[in-house]
Amino acid sequence: MLLEAKHINKSFHDPVTVPILKDVSIEIPQGQFTSIVGKSGCGKSTLLYILSTMDTDYEGELWIDGTKLTGKTEAELARVRNEKIGFVFQFHYLLNEFSVLQNVMLPGLKLGKISPQELEHRAIGHLRKLGMDDKALKKANQLSGGEKQRVAIARALINDPLIIMGDEPTGNLDKKNTEVVFDIFRQLSEEYKQSLLIVTHDPNFAGRTQRIIEMEDGRVIQ
Amino acid sequence: MNYPLIWNIAQSLSLARWKQTLVAAVGVMFSITMFIALLGFMNGLNDLLDSLVLNRTPHVRLFNEIKANENQPILLDNRYQKYHNFIRSIKPNGKNAQIANSAAIISTLKKDKRVLGISPKMIAQVFFNVGETDVTGVVNGIDVEAEARLFSFSDYVTEGSYIDLKNIPNSIILGKGLADKMLANIGDVVQVTTAKGDRFPLKVVGYFQSGLGEIDKVQSYTSLKTAQKLIGQSNAYVTDIQIKLHDLNMAPSVSKEYAQIFSTDAEDIQTANAQFETGSSLRSLISYAVGITLLIVAGFGIYNILNMLIYEKMDTIAILKATGFSGSDVKKIFITIAISIGILGGCTGLFFGFLLSLLIDNVPFKTAALPTISTYPVNYDLKYYLIGITFSLITTYLAGLFPARKASKIDPVDIIRGK
Repeated sequence: MLLEAKHINKSFHDPVTVPILKDVSIEIPQGQFTSIVGKSGCGKSTLLYILSTMDTDYEGELWIDGTKLTGKTEAELARVRNEKIGFVFQFHYLLNEFSVLQNVMLPGLKLGKISPQELEHRAIGHLRKLGMDDKALKKANQLSGGEKQRVAIARALINDPLIIMGDEPTGNLDKKNTEVVFDIFRQLSEEYKQSLLIVTHDPNFAGRTQRIIEMEDGRVIQ
Repeated sequence: MNYPLIWNIAQSLSLARWKQTLVAAVGVMFSITMFIALLGFMNGLNDLLDSLVLNRTPHVRLFNEIKANENQPILLDNRYQKYHNFIRSIKPNGKNAQIANSAAIISTLKKDKRVLGISPKMIAQVFFNVGETDVTGVVNGIDVEAEARLFSFSDYVTEGSYIDLKNIPNSIILGKGLADKMLANIGDVVQVTTAKGDRFPLKVVGYFQSGLGEIDKVQSYTSLKTAQKLIGQSNAYVTDIQIKLHDLNMAPSVSKEYAQIFSTDAEDIQTANAQFETGSSLRSLISYAVGITLLIVAGFGIYNILNMLIYEKMDTIAILKATGFSGSDVKKIFITIAISIGILGGCTGLFFGFLLSLLIDNVPFKTAALPTISTYPVNYDLKYYLIGITFSLITTYLAGLFPARKASKIDPVDIIRGK
């Protein structure tokens, strides 16, 4: 099993204790294109951030790729995110100080497994696959929303992650760009057997994924 | 860890806000510049003032103090040995200011390896007769060459030539203040009356300025021989033996030793000039305090600018963390920014500090009290440059540490979800 969450509980304590996740357990197998849907406030994003290792304030256990991640140090978790998880966010989150190419390369440079030359070659490859190779040397803030999201996907792919996670990756895009991004995800899933876990509130998007996890009121209902 | 990458990110972040970075660096530069210039100037001044007195003060001075004999008769009487004796109205004994057997003492001193040089001297109180008026004064009979070699006598002779004192018989060099009082020009003959009433004509061959006006108003110099003649004494008559040692720090122990061997009084330079040491160290202390205050203020500037940068770059920090940079990586990035500002500002500060020192060094500074200098004094000791750069690195590191720690603790989830 690629990713396992066992009996996850989480509450917010400000100002009164509000339970957000109630005994959530899910398993995601290798190569699956999964979406998490649910109403606003049902805890789907909170769950995603726990699964992504960024949020460590929870009860229960998280396993990725056969390793228990609950209780690991901040630096160890950063390494796991760097190596095994690719991220795509709603608001793109490219670094405006860097060029498109540098943005894509950054997680790879951090991992430091391959030489910068090889990494650049690989980054260009990913950008080409997403139709962005001609924008490689532009600054990140010179791109449109849809373009930024494609660059973010290229960045998520740079270290060949076990899983790509997305928090409403199409939430801020128009219909046409939503289609483009969905097609990229589907292509990654079908051609490269890439595992994907996408939080969305777009039923049209979710309906076309392989598996839908529906959440309500802090519980997985399906 | 991947330092080129950390460096690369730090560079991009600081260049993205290059104006603020520049302001921070200029702040450090300014404080280092002032630090260097201030310390250089202050210590130049210290050296000057020290040399004013210390260079001309013998390391050890042998002389006879006019005082009562320590061995009073009652103390020699066996019957009163165990008593505490009170003796009233003691007078100094007949011993005069002359150092007995001075020739033997001088030849012994010349054999001592610790001694750099010796200059015998005699002091006589006189009156200078100017028309109806008598001006009190002091004649110092000196060994002209030794005095010039050991105590830079020649530096203080502002007009005329010091060596004439030796070459022209019955010549005198007057203090500038004294000469002004007597309206005596070089080449004039002044009349001197000794304490015993003898009258002597002496030819003025120069003026000297010590830098201390009170001294210049009473002091005058003649050769030792002339002074001995003046008061009708033989050429063995010497009231002071001034000794310069190779190592100034040995003066107190050597002084005690000589006092015992030669049974004279002896005073070392440290005792004679304790107040100058205190003055110098206090001035240094003040300039260090001001310099370090400047650096701390610059440090607060860096702290503010980094804090602002972190607030602006929350998104960047969050995304770096989300894509696998740990808290310590983020901390290193911001400390790298701070230290870079410190190095950049510090080095340019050293450079401009040096330039400012050069500028001060060339500002004309002429004063009657200090005849030997024509511009402001500056000390270029490498020590101040090292202290400056060290402190700039320490303050910028500390100024960067706290914002960097804050940045390292930013929770990416808060930022990403809060949007």
